Amino acid sequence: MALPQTKLDATEARIAVLDMPRGGWSTTARTAALARLREMGLPGRRDEYWRFTRPDTLVQPEPPAAALFDPRETAAFDAIDKLKIVFVDGVFDAEASDDLTLEGVTIERLAEASSDLHWAASLYGQLEIRGQAAVPRPLAALNTAFATDGLLIHVTGKPSKPISISYRHASETSDAILHHVVKVDAGAEATILENGPAAARFNKCMEVDVADGAKLHHVRTQGRDHERRAATHVFARLGAESVFKSFTLTANGALTRNEVVIELTGDDALVHVAGACVGDGDFLHDDTVFITHDAVNCESRQVFKKVLRNGATGVFQGKILVKAGAQKTDGYQISQSLLLDEDSQFLAKPELEIYADDVACSHGSTSGAIDEEALFYLRSRGVPEPQAVNLLTLAFLAEAVAEIEDERLAEEITTRIEEWLIRHRS
Amino acid sequence: MLEIKNLHVSLETEDKQILKGVDLTVEAGKVHAIMGPNGSGKSTLSYVLSGRDGYAVTEGSATLEGADLLDMEPEERAAAGLFLAFQYPVEIPGVGNMTFLRTALNAQRKARGQDEMNATEFLKLIRAKAKELNIDADMLKRPVNVGFSGGEKKRNEILQMAMLEPKMCILDETDSGLDVDAMKLVADGVNALRDGGRGFLVITHYQRLLDHIKPDLVHIMADGRIIKTGGADLALEVEQHGYAHLLEEVA
Repeated sequence: MALPQTKLDATEARIAVLDMPRGGWSTTARTAALARLREMGLPGRRDEYWRFTRPDTLVQPEPPAAALFDPRETAAFDAIDKLKIVFVDGVFDAEASDDLTLEGVTIERLAEASSDLHWAASLYGQLEIRGQAAVPRPLAALNTAFATDGLLIHVTGKPSKPISISYRHASETSDAILHHVVKVDAGAEATILENGPAAARFNKCMEVDVADGAKLHHVRTQGRDHERRAATHVFARLGAESVFKSFTLTANGALTRNEVVIELTGDDALVHVAGACVGDGDFLHDDTVFITHDAVNCESRQVFKKVLRNGATGVFQGKILVKAGAQKTDGYQISQSLLLDEDSQFLAKPELEIYADDVACSHGSTSGAIDEEALFYLRSRGVPEPQAVNLLTLAFLAEAVAEIEDERLAEEITTRIEEWLIRHRS
Repeated sequence: MLEIKNLHVSLETEDKQILKGVDLTVEAGKVHAIMGPNGSGKSTLSYVLSGRDGYAVTEGSATLEGADLLDMEPEERAAAGLFLAFQYPVEIPGVGNMTFLRTALNAQRKARGQDEMNATEFLKLIRAKAKELNIDADMLKRPVNVGFSGGEKKRNEILQMAMLEPKMCILDETDSGLDVDAMKLVADGVNALRDGGRGFLVITHYQRLLDHIKPDLVHIMADGRIIKTGGADLALEVEQHGYAHLLEEVA
């Protein structure tokens, strides 16, 4: 079907300002991705999965400027022992980064990995293509075609500390496109941390291949700058008895669209995807999650909680697809919002599509205000109202934070939420 | 301690008067009981004193040690020394019982210009108080009142009272939903807090609780007013003859 002219024009206008890195093993995948992008066209307001979130600013050739904001807090995961890798406005910062060597993992930069037979060639853009099957994700195709850098992380053992990627934002008009590929070998286990506002506009893609019996933990914070915009994708494929747990905290940001596309391809695999977001004012946060069960006895959990105030908007589009033959599937999905005033809104579209007959799938979505009874109870014990509201807000988010396995990381996230709540006290 | 004068209260949302001129003074060190039939306004009195929304005071006053209670926010009343043990303690998922109590205690101390209690001191104190009330470590760790039995919830109220050491305690039907053993435990907890300086107002339907917590004075409330006041014997009279004949007596 031919694309409408406006969509065609918007897509070509965006492509015109981008340069595709040439040469090396990724060229084939990049060229194919560009062709894919031209076929799909960039997202428009009438597209099925963009009805709640206006894609305009993510699509337009130049990003709207985003002022830098200093909340006077230390960077996330500061106190955690980690291998630190830093990108500033999408550009690798060698001086701020640690040496990329760590036992149990090899880490290379996409921009530097030029050998013709690279392991990442079998994954780069390949998991993204699989994720395009049911729903077009044009911003991910754009990313595969035009990513300027990223990390190729091959986990072969059990690295002693997390691999941390920090995205710093230094220019008010930066437009960054990064693409990571993560391959976790059978039986291997690693933790990847991500934090920072990244750029005025950030397009990030992470393809994750978790082999049989492997484990990957992923914890990220997207925060700080109020005017930044981001569209991120995680494409993950899970082998038998593997585990993938991903948690995201989003605070601030004019627009954040986080898409997570998971394929459970081996029996007895487990995936938990969770998110907590806190938004005040000009803030739109969109979680779009698509989990496909294509093996027996797998478990998937989606836990998303959003706290919204002063006209902030939360969006959740979550789907569990259980293919024929994926018996004994255990699928769970919950999306909830806490609306701190009448100007804020939460738009949710939970979906279940099930073709197997022996499965347990449940989903729920709620929107509510602070529980007045609980608030009065706390106040009657002497807790001042703003502090009581914060306590109840933290309690609301606790179910999502509890999805983080590592207690130190969970504490770190809780502290950041507390700091945000204190800064944004009414 | 607590002085209530000619208190008139109606519901905010509908034009319905509930309290029609309550006069009551609870002196420091005394235990007063309020009894009365359903709908007489007993619980409304406790809500109005603790500052719950939804009630409008149309006339009269309520002071605690001379300070105007009705002009304060609920948290200010708590910091001033007022405590209400709820008839239906509220469940708060996601907030640990210990966190809740420490936050409350330190918020009150801060409001009174005192230093906050550190974690070690607090832990020592709460463990000792919890033991007296037969509250185990698990109950302290769980979210506030979530999954607690009726008896556990009421014991948790008394634990809060013991930790916060208020000057004036109001117990709203603390005996409801309790078996004999649980009631004894709760009463022992209350009796342990009785001293020369603390006032108590015990609201109850039945005389049974007053066997364990001996009141100095008993008030009978009906149709938004206190219609009769007497000694502990008055509670026995209610138990034997019901409210009907008292109501006739004053009519």
